[in-house]
Order: sequence, then structure tokens, then C-alpha cells
Amino acid sequence: MTTFEENAVYLSMEQASYIAAQVINGLQLGAVYALIALGYTMVYGILRLINFAHGDIFMLGAFVAYFLISRFGMPLYLVFFATMAVTALSGYLMEKIAYKPLRNAPRISLLITAVGVSLFLEYFCSLRSIFTPDYIGFPRPFEMETYNFSPGGFEFSFTNVQALIFAITFSALVLLYLLVYRTKQGRAMRAVSYDQETAALMGINIDNTVSLTFMVGAALAGMGGVLYGIAYPQINVFMGIMPGIKSFIAAVLGGIGIIHGAVIGGLIVGVSEVIVSAFLSSTYRDGVIFVILLIVLLVKPSGIFGKRSDKV
Amino acid sequence: MKRMICVMMALCLFVPIGGKAIAKETVKIGLITPLTGDVKTFGESIKNAFAIAVEEYSKKGKYTIQTVIADDRNDPTEGANAALKLVTQDKVAAIIGPATSKVAIPVSVIATQYKVPMITGTATNPKVTFSDGKRKPYVFRACFVDNFQGVVAANFALKDLKAKTAAVLYDVSNDYSKGLGEYFKPTFTKGNGKVVAFESYQKDDVDFSALITKVALKKPDVVFLPDYYNKVALIARQIREKGIKAALVGSDGWDSPELVKIGGSSIIGGYFVSHYSPDRKDPIAEAFIKKYKARHGIVPDALAALTYDAAGILFKALDTAKNPRSEELLKALAPTKGYKGVTGTISFDTNGDAVKSAVILKVEKSGFRYTTTVNP
Repeated sequence: MTTFEENAVYLSMEQASYIAAQVINGLQLGAVYALIALGYTMVYGILRLINFAHGDIFMLGAFVAYFLISRFGMPLYLVFFATMAVTALSGYLMEKIAYKPLRNAPRISLLITAVGVSLFLEYFCSLRSIFTPDYIGFPRPFEMETYNFSPGGFEFSFTNVQALIFAITFSALVLLYLLVYRTKQGRAMRAVSYDQETAALMGINIDNTVSLTFMVGAALAGMGGVLYGIAYPQINVFMGIMPGIKSFIAAVLGGIGIIHGAVIGGLIVGVSEVIVSAFLSSTYRDGVIFVILLIVLLVKPSGIFGKRSDKV
Repeated sequence: MKRMICVMMALCLFVPIGGKAIAKETVKIGLITPLTGDVKTFGESIKNAFAIAVEEYSKKGKYTIQTVIADDRNDPTEGANAALKLVTQDKVAAIIGPATSKVAIPVSVIATQYKVPMITGTATNPKVTFSDGKRKPYVFRACFVDNFQGVVAANFALKDLKAKTAAVLYDVSNDYSKGLGEYFKPTFTKGNGKVVAFESYQKDDVDFSALITKVALKKPDVVFLPDYYNKVALIARQIREKGIKAALVGSDGWDSPELVKIGGSSIIGGYFVSHYSPDRKDPIAEAFIKKYKARHGIVPDALAALTYDAAGILFKALDTAKNPRSEELLKALAPTKGYKGVTGTISFDTNGDAVKSAVILKVEKSGFRYTTTVNP
């Protein structure tokens, strides 16, 4: 008589290490998606607007960081703060110029405007007098180092770049939680997301709340841009399109409007991308992600963590 | 009286002096090339070389050349739009370019449809001049074809690098990259090598971690990267960051000063197949290199040299043709034999492809160093 254990197929240590390495690759990608997805989710939660220009704010962040590092040789922590300040400002301007005049317009007008803003940012930045239409190498501000571990033959390794990305995404998530659930502004955000008109009647300044949401979202996207540049050191003005779409999927997957949903969604998208590329083929990669999205939406239309009524 | 003087003076304006000032007929030549985007150094080299060729021709040629330059951004749709504009609005007599195969293929279809001769200096994919079992009669090229280039790369890896195993990473959405990967594989296998990984990525990918982790597991002796310099540099960095020590081998798409700038130390020591080496001892090549260097401060890459040759072939045909209309021009172009160019002697075969030898260049910190020549 054979026991279950004897018949079970064990993974060899080498295979297990390989899978672990691929999952870590996926988490690295997913963590950046998560940062961008947070911005999508926040803006959607408040305005029910899918801000398609969000991916381009991400691109803007990468370019600003490029200039700060290569022209001014700024230390990395300053680069993060300065980039976030610049992208937050552009998020603020974007909302004031493009979206605010349409606050009471039909939602389709907002959506089309968002596409317009996205195209504007891409082609405006590709002017030689602004940024460049070319692909440029991103100067990594530090050398990449790999840390290897092998507890009991199970090998895995991660790099300082990955550590940085995980640390930043995780702290962004925590800070965002504190902002939304522990501060007065956060309470205002949640109120506006429940019901704009009633919130206004209760004395909440809608304009300021919406601006703040855009700024926070844009700052996160900018930070995502810096991390992306560090991880995959080449930038161009169209670099925000694909990560933007993937992060949007991540936000919908996790339940759009839900903060931790965006992060989990981002990680799911990142890991499944890498796993599909590793075990099937990169040709199926995007297809599989959309299939996952379809299945989730069929089973639970509001996303994994979605509730019936959306909130921030 | 006054009136008569006026009339005579006016007439004088039209009298040619010594016959030399007879206005030459103007011929429009279109150049389609990527001046912006992911392969912009290709476009820059090509534009510079084209300008030199046009300038030299205008001194002694039969016609005045008017150039129409269009940017294709290395995007097939942009390229096709540019080609349509050149043939329908500008009514060019011929097209030089595009630089890359993925743009040259749709443009070659338009050139054939509108019967406008087209010579690309640098697009190496076979489908540029020949597809669906048919020769595109108006399309020519001054370079060798990828089924030769892929074989050269595979043989170099087998014989010179003594590689037993190879990994191939290619862009599945790019005819050039995909084609080269597919030509490399059978030659390498036939030579008792083993292709341990044959993996594809997509055009806009920047994260190759999944593929590279997979390749690392197989420990290949060489990694073949048939793509343009920007992507290659990015992949090379990630390959070295994952600790893969394999030799890197590539194709003529590597040829750009940006390769080392973006790839840094990861790409140094790699080898790629190219069309010519600036170290070539040849009076025509030396004259061109000297002129180019004086003007632009750098040694011309293969893209510049090939475009100079492509333009030279076109101009020679223009001078021998009865008139610069497409049929006559084609009659003069097709039998081009033994044209002495910067990149060697060019003769068109029945497909309009040049049959030429290839060189292998090694990537070094200071530039590309000639390693060996491979004859077809």
C-alpha cells in the first residue's frame, strides 16, 4: 500500500528555486503596476472617472527623474520627493484645466477628455523643445546588487532594486491607508466618494478634495515612473501606455475604488505576466491577463475586493 | 525706343550664357527613414549619407535632385503613410529607404503598386523584395539578405566561439528580428549545436526577467539577440544582471553608437554581423569615410555606407536611363552589375538583392572592431 506522499509529485529544489525566481520577477513588475493602479483607483473612487492620462503622468515622473539625476546629480531620496512634487503639480493642473470644467458634464465627455489629455501629454513631451521623441537610457543612481540565499538547497535571490520597489510600494500603501482612514482629508475623500452633493452640503470643499486626490494619485504614478526607470533603464514618451493599461486592469481586477484591491490586483497582473511568459510564451501573456480579468468580472463584477457600492 | 531697349533687356535674361546655364531638369527623390523613435541613430546616419550622395551627384549629374525627406519613426503605419504621400503628392521618381525591414515591407507594397522604384540600403528581411512567391519588381536593396545573415551568425557562434548551446531571444512582432531568429536556428542545429531556448518578446517590452531567468536555467554558451540596438542594450543589461556569462551575438541592428551608451559594460565583448568595416582598405570607402568624418565628426556606420551606395546606384541608373520615369529608370536599375560602392561590389540578383560578404564586428568600449569577413 502506498501512501499519498509516495505518489505525490515533488518539485525538485531546482524547479522550486526557478519558480521562486520567476515569482520574484513578477512581484517586481507587479509592485510598479500597483503604484500606478493606486492612482487610477483613487480618482475613480472619487469622480467615477477613468483617468487615461494617468499612465502619462507615470512617464512624466520617469523623465523628471532622468533630468534630476543626469543634469543635477541629485541624490535618490531627493529625486523621489522632487519628482513627486512635479507630478503632483501636473496632476493638480490637469484636473483644474481639463476635468474641472466638465464636473457636471456627462461622463462620456470626461472620458474622451481624458484620452485627449493623454495624447496631449505624449506628443507635447515628444517635442524636442520639451523632452525628446527618442528612447533614452535612464541613469541608474546606484549599482545593482544581488543578494543570494539558499536555505536548505532552496535558492532564491533578490536585488537591491527589487527591495527598493517593494519597500516603496508597501510604504505607499500604508501611507495611503493612513491618509484615507485616519485623517480629516481622508474622511472628506470618502464622503465625496459616497455622495458628492451631500458631502458638499455638509461643508466639505469638493474642489479641494478632488484636487488632493489627483495630486496624491499623480505623485504615486510619478514615483512609479522613477522606480520603473531604475528597474528597466530606458525611457521614452510612450512608455506609459502599456503600464497604464495593465495597471488599469489591475485596479479593475482588485475592485476599482478599493485601495488594497489595487495593490493586490497589480501584484496578480505582474506575477501572471511573468509566469505566462516563463511557462507558456510571451505571445499569450496579455491574452491570459484579459482572460483572468474576464473570469473575475463574470464571477464578481465589482472585482475581487469590490463591494456593491464603491468607495475609496 | 525706350520700350525696345526694355524688351531687349528682358530677352537677354533668357539667353543662356555659353550654354552651361541651361537649367537641368529637376527630379524628386524621396527618403523615408526613422529620424525619431527607437532607432533614430539609423535615421541620422542615413540622412547624413544621403545628403553627401546628393551633393556629389548634383556636381556632375544629369539632373537637379530635389529631396523629400520623411520620418517613419520606425513604425510601419507611419512609413506607409509617408510613402503614400511621397508617391501621390510629391510624385517622387524613386524612393531611398526605409531603414528597417518592418517599415520597408509595407512601403515596398506601395512602391510596387504605384510603380515607383525603391532602393533600401539597409532592410535585410527577404520579404522586402520577395513575398508570397512573387518578386516585387520595383524594389531593390544594397545589402545582403537575412537568410544569409542568420547563417553567418550561427556559423560564427559554432566555429569561432566554439559554442555548443545557444539561446535565441527575438521580437515576435518584428519581421526582421523574428526572421533572423528563424534563420539562425536550423544552421546552428545542423552544425551539431543545440538551441536550448527560443523565446520571443513583444515590441514594447522592457521587462525581460521572465525570459532571462528561463535562459539562465539552460546555461547557454551564446545568446543570439537579433534586434535593434535599443532593445539589445536593454536585454544585454538584464542578461548580465541575472549573472549569465554567455557570449552575446547579434545582427546588423546593433550598429549604433547608442548601443554602448545604453548597454554599458554588459554589451562590451559582444559580436555582431555587419555590412562593412570602416577599416576597409579601398579608395572609394576611404574617400567617403574621410568626407563623412570631416562633416559629422564620427566614422560612418554601415547604415550610412549602405545608404550612400543605394543612392549611388540610383543616381547611376538615373544618368543612364533615357528619362527619369519609372519604366526607364527600372530598365536601367535592374541590370546593375559590379557597382563599386563603399560597402563592396554590388550586383543585383534576380530578386533585386545584393550578393555581398558580411563582416563580424566586436563591440569594444571605444567602438566596433573588425574581426572577420564571411563570403556568401
